[in-house]
Amino acid sequence: MSGRLAARFRDLGARGRVALIPFITAGDPEPRITVPLMHALVKAGADVIEMGVPFSDPMADGPVIQKASERALTHHVRLADVLAMVREFRVLDSATPVVLMGYLNPVEAMGYGRFAVGAREAGVDGVLTVDLPPEEGEELAGVLRRQGVEPVFLLAPTSDAERIRRIVRLAGGFVYYVSLRGVTGSANLDVSEVERKLKLIRAETRLPVGVGFGIGSPEAAAKVARFADAVIVGSALVGRIGALASQPDRIATEAAAFIGQLRAAMDSVASGGTGTRPGVHA
Amino acid sequence: MTYALPDEGGHFGKYGGRFVSETLMRPLLELEAAYGRARQDRAFQEEFSEELRLYVGRPSPLYPARRLTEKFGGARIYLKREDLNHTGAHKINNTVGQALLAKRMGKTRVIAETGAGQHGVATATVAARLGLECVVYMGAEDIQRQAINVYRMKLLGAKVVPVTSGSRTLKDALNEAMRDWVTNVDNTFYIIGTVAGPHPYPAMVRDFQAVIGREVRYQIMEFEGRLPDALVACVGGGSNAMGLFFPFLDDPSVALVGVEAAGKGLGTGRHAAPLSAGRPGVLHGNRTYLMETDDGQIIETHSISAGLDYPGVGPEHAWLKDSGRARYVAATDDEALEAFHLLTRIEGIMPALESSHAVAYAGPLARELGRDACIVVNLSGRGDKDVHTIAAREGISL
Repeated sequence: MSGRLAARFRDLGARGRVALIPFITAGDPEPRITVPLMHALVKAGADVIEMGVPFSDPMADGPVIQKASERALTHHVRLADVLAMVREFRVLDSATPVVLMGYLNPVEAMGYGRFAVGAREAGVDGVLTVDLPPEEGEELAGVLRRQGVEPVFLLAPTSDAERIRRIVRLAGGFVYYVSLRGVTGSANLDVSEVERKLKLIRAETRLPVGVGFGIGSPEAAAKVARFADAVIVGSALVGRIGALASQPDRIATEAAAFIGQLRAAMDSVASGGTGTRPGVHA
Repeated sequence: MTYALPDEGGHFGKYGGRFVSETLMRPLLELEAAYGRARQDRAFQEEFSEELRLYVGRPSPLYPARRLTEKFGGARIYLKREDLNHTGAHKINNTVGQALLAKRMGKTRVIAETGAGQHGVATATVAARLGLECVVYMGAEDIQRQAINVYRMKLLGAKVVPVTSGSRTLKDALNEAMRDWVTNVDNTFYIIGTVAGPHPYPAMVRDFQAVIGREVRYQIMEFEGRLPDALVACVGGGSNAMGLFFPFLDDPSVALVGVEAAGKGLGTGRHAAPLSAGRPGVLHGNRTYLMETDDGQIIETHSISAGLDYPGVGPEHAWLKDSGRARYVAATDDEALEAFHLLTRIEGIMPALESSHAVAYAGPLARELGRDACIVVNLSGRGDKDVHTIAAREGISL
């Protein structure tokens, strides 16, 4: 089903609710827990699931997500296995969008065409390729679009207006604003700087804008929820999963509890807010 | 035809490019612009040349290896003595160039990745020379294996950061240096040690290393009165080979031969020879030949020589291979060791284990080309750093 991302953001906008997007690494700490964990995250208040595709050399990630990749790779989780997990998730959930986030090389190894078809068939809604800037990304973006899979792109504090324009022309689904200079899980988030940058981005696009990198607490999520369309939480969640790597059966419950806290904090802000639709924030 | 690669986006055919997260794009574009200006600026080029002359000790000699020639019984063999440079390898040509550029860009801190420690030492050296703060990322595994180079870097005032992620070797050190750069890009210049990484690094490092080939072009005239028939260099990331090859790309009579590390043998899978036995993919910011699994995970490499122990290779080599302009072969650990001993005993020159791979292939190539031919082998570094490795392998405790 294409358009699941657009439908979800439309619906959330109408309800004045900011999307909560948890990131988990597929197969971390072991493959059997991933699909149940996805369902638990949705039940706890996740609106979109971002699934990390394990890679041996995750250059843009901090230590927490690197370790998650390493745990998954000890089980030899391949890109094809990740697609199979999404297919299994779709058996019970046909509404929650799933976005894959990963690096280009596993996609190159599978081949763009085969990957795009496989992603559509599995029920993937978007693909964010971390190491694929627009200069190199036109081909993959086109191949994905033809299968109805949205190419999601990153925007950074270092992206000027010209780059923002170039990227949003290519992007689909939503854009992912990297809220700080650094790798995932860094700690120096400057909320007011992020808010200023989002104004620039919104001047260039009507796509929903998600904010991620460095949002690690309900308080931070609430602050960002005042002006973003989506709050993406990765390392803080993955760190909790990693801490329970030796007790995997506790992960779904603990992760859901954390997502619940984030949800509550974000909703307390949004309910006091203006309920403006995504894409039209001033 | 005049060779004019890379293109504007940093591509050598389908290889190269810029595969990095958006956060690094502006820093890379700024670096490209700054390097473009420096390249055109006579003052910068003169400063670079002066540093190479007075600090590095260039030009390095082109040495006719007569006893080696006699031993191999074929083409006349010349050694380009990069081992005689300050710090003992070709690495310093590039670190001098990039550090001067860093200064010019107003950066106060330089970072580097290192495998065996040679590029780390070369970076720490120029950082000391220019008064720059220096941080070197090194795999925890490599720190164990290369204690002396770690200490050298510390003596030079650098901070050496152990990398414990992934396979704890060079590729992981590169990942970690990229992470540092993305976090500290305002005051930090990332000095990459080879002709890999995102554009403009492959072209920039090649240009700084091209002094090797430019010197060979005029030095060979003294002996032969003509250009050599073949150039031979070892290829890990491939900077010493690119530096030697580049000034000869438009001379079709000069054969270019890169020698990769076949480790325990290409058939065993325990090697570091992506051009010989890998396939194209994307890693560390560029598209090139890689050692990877069927599903695109980078695999651990093996070579007796830490400097060749890398799963990728510079994208320009990938292009030169596909276009047929250069050819790539591989030498095993055992062949490199044999060449190490041979050159040490009959010429009194102890080559680095990396360079020993090039020496190893010089024998068969010299016989193939015959006595009328002449070839230049890049002796990219000296072997002192490898004495412990060789002793340990031969069961001798020092």
